[in-house]
Amino acid sequence: MGKTLFEKIWDAHVVQVVPDGPTQLYIDRLYAHEVTSPQAFDTLRDKGIKVFRPEQVVAMPDHNTPSDQQEVINDPIGRKQVETLAKNCAEFGIKHFAMGTKDNGIIHVVGPEKALSLPGMTIVCGDSHTSTHGAVGALAMGIGTSEVAEVLASQCILQGKPKSMRINIEGELQKGVTAKDIALYIMAQMTTSGATGYVVEYAGSTIRNLSMEGRLTLSNLSIEMGSRAGIIAPDETTFEYLKGREYAPKGADWDKAVAYWKTLKTDDDAVFDKEVTYKAEDIKPRITYGTNPGAGIAIDETVPTLDGLSDAEKVQLTAQLDYMQFKPGQKLEDTPVDYCFLGACTNGRIEDFRAFASIVKGKKKSPNVVAWLVPGSWLVRKQIIDEGIDKILEEAGFELRLPSCSSCLAMNPDKVPAGKLSISTSNRNFVGRQGPGARTVLASPLVVAASAITGVITDPRKFM
Amino acid sequence: MAKQKFNIIKSTCIPVAIDNCNTDLIIPARYLASTTRDPKFFGDAFMHDLRFDADGKPIADFVMNKPEFSEAPREGVHEIIVGGQNWGSGSSREHAAWAIAGYGVRVVISSSFADIHRNNLLNCFVLPVIVTPAFQQELFDTIAKNPQAIVTVDVPNQTVTNETTGHSEKFEINGYKKHCLVNALDDIDYLLSVQDKTIAYEQARAVK
Repeated sequence: MGKTLFEKIWDAHVVQVVPDGPTQLYIDRLYAHEVTSPQAFDTLRDKGIKVFRPEQVVAMPDHNTPSDQQEVINDPIGRKQVETLAKNCAEFGIKHFAMGTKDNGIIHVVGPEKALSLPGMTIVCGDSHTSTHGAVGALAMGIGTSEVAEVLASQCILQGKPKSMRINIEGELQKGVTAKDIALYIMAQMTTSGATGYVVEYAGSTIRNLSMEGRLTLSNLSIEMGSRAGIIAPDETTFEYLKGREYAPKGADWDKAVAYWKTLKTDDDAVFDKEVTYKAEDIKPRITYGTNPGAGIAIDETVPTLDGLSDAEKVQLTAQLDYMQFKPGQKLEDTPVDYCFLGACTNGRIEDFRAFASIVKGKKKSPNVVAWLVPGSWLVRKQIIDEGIDKILEEAGFELRLPSCSSCLAMNPDKVPAGKLSISTSNRNFVGRQGPGARTVLASPLVVAASAITGVITDPRKFM
Repeated sequence: MAKQKFNIIKSTCIPVAIDNCNTDLIIPARYLASTTRDPKFFGDAFMHDLRFDADGKPIADFVMNKPEFSEAPREGVHEIIVGGQNWGSGSSREHAAWAIAGYGVRVVISSSFADIHRNNLLNCFVLPVIVTPAFQQELFDTIAKNPQAIVTVDVPNQTVTNETTGHSEKFEINGYKKHCLVNALDDIDYLLSVQDKTIAYEQARAVK
C-alpha cells in the first residue's frame, strides 16, 4: 500500500518509536517568538545545557510588536519579553530577526517568504498557527513551551502519530471567494474539533489552482478545526514561489532539492483514515456570527435559529449570540462595524493587500470605522510600497502600519475596545480575543475592504 | 511546573461545562507577556475573565465563584475539573496548562481535548482523562445534585470512577507516559538520555 504525503515526511523523521510510547520525531526547523520561549530558555539554563542545533532555530518577536511605531514598546512587560528573546538568542547563539529590522515580521509570514520553511521539513513553533508552513509541503505543528525546550535541548519531540485526513476541494472558485472563505466554509462543515487528532492534506483542483499566499491562508486555519497540521503537496506553484528566496537552496542544490520535493505527494493507492470532498461552487464569501471560527455563514445568509437544537446546543448558541449582540435568524449584512483589521498570519501577505486595494481603489474609507492595515512582514510592506498599493490605500483614506501580529490578539496596543464590533481577517473570534469584551467577525480581505468603505458588513461582490 | 508523582486521586470536582473552552478563555492573552514561571501568577489568572469583571470583582454566577466550588484545590478537594467537550482548543499557549496547574488542579476530565493542550497538560503534570460523552454527562449530573460527589482517578489502573453511581471507565495513556507520571519524570530528560540515537539519525540522513 502506498503512503500519504504526511506519512512520507513523518517516516523520514522517525528517530525511534519509544517502547509502548510515542515516536521520537526529528525536527528540522524550530521557530521561536518572544511569548512562548522565555520559560523554555530558562529550562535549559536550569539544566546547564546548550541549544543542541542552534543553526536550525530562527527567532523573532511578533506578538508584542506595536504597529504604529517600533522605536519603543511602551508596555514594560511586553518590552521585557521582547528584550528577553534578544538576550536569549545572543546567549544561545540563535539567529534573531529583531523588531524594526528588514528581516522581522510575523513568523508564519517570514518563514515561507524567506524559504526558511521548505518542502519535506518538519517544522515546529510554540504557536498553534505553525500549521501555516504546511502550505509549502512541510509537516508543521504547533507545540507548547515544554516542547520548545525539548527541541532546543534535543532537536526532537515525542509525539503519537496522528491520523490522516484528505480534504478535496474541486472546481472553480466563484467571484469574490478567497482561500479564507474556503477555510471558513470547511470549518463550518467540520466544526472546530472535526479534525482533532488528524493531519489534514488539502487536495483537488481548487487547491492546485490556489496561489502560494492562498495556500498559506488555508493551511494557517487548519488548527481552527483542531487538526495537528495542514499540508499541501508541493508543485510548480511551490517551486516557483520558493526559487531565489533568501534561504532557498541555490544552483545544483536547488535542482537536487526539487527532484526530492517532486516525490513528496500522496501515492495513488494510499489510504486516508478519513476523506471528504467539497465543491468550490458551493462556497460564497463568508463571515462568522459566533465566538468560534466554525460558527460561520455565507455573507448573504442569516444567523441560525434555535429551531431543532438540543437544550445544550441552545445554551451554547445563545451564549455566543449574547456576547456578539446578534439575534437568532438575524441578517448580518448591513450591520454597522467599528473596527476593520487587515493582517495577521492568516491574511497579512501581499496578495491580501492587493485584494483589499482592488476594492477600495477610488473610494473613501467610512468615517465611522477605525481601520488597521498591518503587513505581516517588512518584506510584505516593501512589496506594498514597491507596487504602489500604499498610494491607493492612502488616497482612500487608509494608513499602512508596521509589521506585527497587531489586532489578532490583544498583546500589543492594537486592542478593540469592549463592546465594539470588529470585522477582521485574523483567525479567531474567541471571546475577548481582540480585547476584553471585543466582538469579532472573521472574514476575507475582500469582505473587510468592502465593509471598511461602507461602514457596515458588506458583500464585496457589490464592488466587483 | 513542578513534577508530581501520580497514583490514585480521590477528590471533589469543579464542573466547567463549557464546550470548546479555548485557551484564550483559560488564560487571556494579556497574561502571556510574562517571563516568570511562578505558579501563583498563572493560577490567579486561571479563567480570569469568567471569574472577574472589568473592575476585578468576582462574577457571582460563574461556577468557580459559587460557594460550593470556590474553595481552592487541596488534597481531596477540587483537584479535578470536569470540562466540556473539545477542552483547550485554539492557541498553543502552555500558559493555559500552567494556569490549571498553578490553580492546584491535577486532573481534567472531558470527552475530548485539543491535541496541543493535551500534550501541554501532560508536560505540566496535569492528567487529561478522556471519557465517553455519556460518562461526562453523568459526572455533570452527579455534581449538580451533590457538589461534594467524589471521583476517583486511578492512574496505575487507568480507571476513572464516579463514586456516587459506581460507574467506572478505563482511560487511555501509553505505557511510557504512565511511567513518567507515576515516577514524576519528564520528556526533556528522556530526550537528553537518548541523544546518541538522535546523532545516529542525523549521521544516517547526511549519508543519504
